[in-house]
Amino acid sequence: MTYQVIMAGFGGQGVMLMGTLLAYAGMLEGKFVSWIPSYGPEMRGGTANCMVVVSDVEVASPVVTEPNCVIVMNRPSLDKFERVLLPDGLLIINSSLISKEAERSDIRVLRVPCNDEAMAVGSAKVANMVALGAYLAATGAVSFESVEKSLKKALPERRHDLIPMNMEALRRGASYVNR
Amino acid sequence: MGEKMLMKGNEAIGEAAIKAGCRFFFGYPITPQNELPEYMSRRLPEVGGVFLQAESEVAAINMVYGASCAGGRVMTSSSSPGISLKQEGISYLAGSELPAVIVNIVRGGPGLGGIQPAQSDYFQATRGGGHGDYRTLVYAPSTIQEMVDLVMMAFDKADAYRNPVLVLGDGILGQMMEPVEFPDEPPPEPLAKPWATTGAEGRPPNIISSIILDPELLDKHNWHLMEKYEQIRKKETRWEIYDPYEAEIFLVAYGTMARVARAAIEAAHSRGIDCGLVRPITLWPFPERAFDELADRARAYLSVEMSTGQMVDDVKIAAAGRAPVYFYGRAGGVVPSPAEIVKKIELIFEEIKGGSKRA
Repeated sequence: MTYQVIMAGFGGQGVMLMGTLLAYAGMLEGKFVSWIPSYGPEMRGGTANCMVVVSDVEVASPVVTEPNCVIVMNRPSLDKFERVLLPDGLLIINSSLISKEAERSDIRVLRVPCNDEAMAVGSAKVANMVALGAYLAATGAVSFESVEKSLKKALPERRHDLIPMNMEALRRGASYVNR
Repeated sequence: MGEKMLMKGNEAIGEAAIKAGCRFFFGYPITPQNELPEYMSRRLPEVGGVFLQAESEVAAINMVYGASCAGGRVMTSSSSPGISLKQEGISYLAGSELPAVIVNIVRGGPGLGGIQPAQSDYFQATRGGGHGDYRTLVYAPSTIQEMVDLVMMAFDKADAYRNPVLVLGDGILGQMMEPVEFPDEPPPEPLAKPWATTGAEGRPPNIISSIILDPELLDKHNWHLMEKYEQIRKKETRWEIYDPYEAEIFLVAYGTMARVARAAIEAAHSRGIDCGLVRPITLWPFPERAFDELADRARAYLSVEMSTGQMVDDVKIAAAGRAPVYFYGRAGGVVPSPAEIVKKIELIFEEIKGGSKRA
């Protein structure tokens, strides 16, 4: 199985970290992974995205042109990436910030109020983890345990007290799958 | 091998250089390679090395010249416009027979161009780049792990041949993260450098220079260099042939493009057309022998590049008229998609009909 995902939002929403954690967790599970950030003359509040591949086989192209999942954290990202999703692909929409519905009918859509759920567990900063939780529950790309291990690697030790909140955010996101 | 780490290409190059014993880095910032000097600025002082951000690319490459003269393992890095500025210094390094590793994380040109990934510095990299009759060994990794392995090797080859070695990446390889492993064992002792200017204690002074005003002597020096390049051609040419379907159409691609080409090969296979891939790992020397190996079988080559067509010239030379050579490329920071490449493959297949399309 090869998971190809594009994660997009505005700068500060943690889309790069969300992708990094997914790639890291995949690596810890012995899978082949790659992560590419968008880079450019971006400004604060501008859009940012990353492309992640998690696969049982060697990653051919790390450039994701036909993703089987797109996670959009803000409206410009929905407008930009809905159309590149493969038919039957999964579109995760941060419904806290995006009121617009998906236009396509040949895809699966999951609306998750990421910011609201994040606020409920204590910080808007973990909205990315809510989205990631929904993604993992819907696809099984990697396990929650691997993400927890990755958080330990990604966060400096003095921030490890934030891990339980991040994990709770993951679980909240997961609860939106199959409800 | 050590623990697997998820690392950005630019940072992995830095760690590989340090593991290979590089202790001097001189550079000037430019996107998309900035994480490399940033990494070196943090790591080199920890291992007793020197990181220096120069006032310009020209200054940086001449600092490289100086450190190399003194026998140091030294590196610089930049991206396309910055590498153009360094060309005079690279020519001097080649003329003076000095080892150095130069990394180019290529972006779209010409001129200031853009900052997105490209492969449009192929001509510059493989034809010397600066003035005069010289060549540089050019490595073109296509994964972060291969980048690590080739950077480490680049220092040894630079010392062995007393010649600058180029590592050619692109914005994607620089910015991308993939798992990497570094060898646990310390690097082998670098070659002794009896030619280095290390103080002349108890020996006659060494003189390092690229100025030779007597035409007869300069002619002789050039042929001496050429002999060295011939050795490199014989011993250091590297390539990979990826041929899971015993194909008759072969894509030719390096670096990031080789990865996309493999995705295109899978897509074409599912549509009934089998292709293989010739992936040059050294761009100079170009792996002409790979094309000799395939001569009996290959009915067409397709050079796929993030440029308007540069390596395709070498593919034509290597194919030597034994099979037609096609080209597909995008420039300026656009990466050709597997779907675009498959479309081109289908056109080629039509042209050489009677090929191996499966029922």
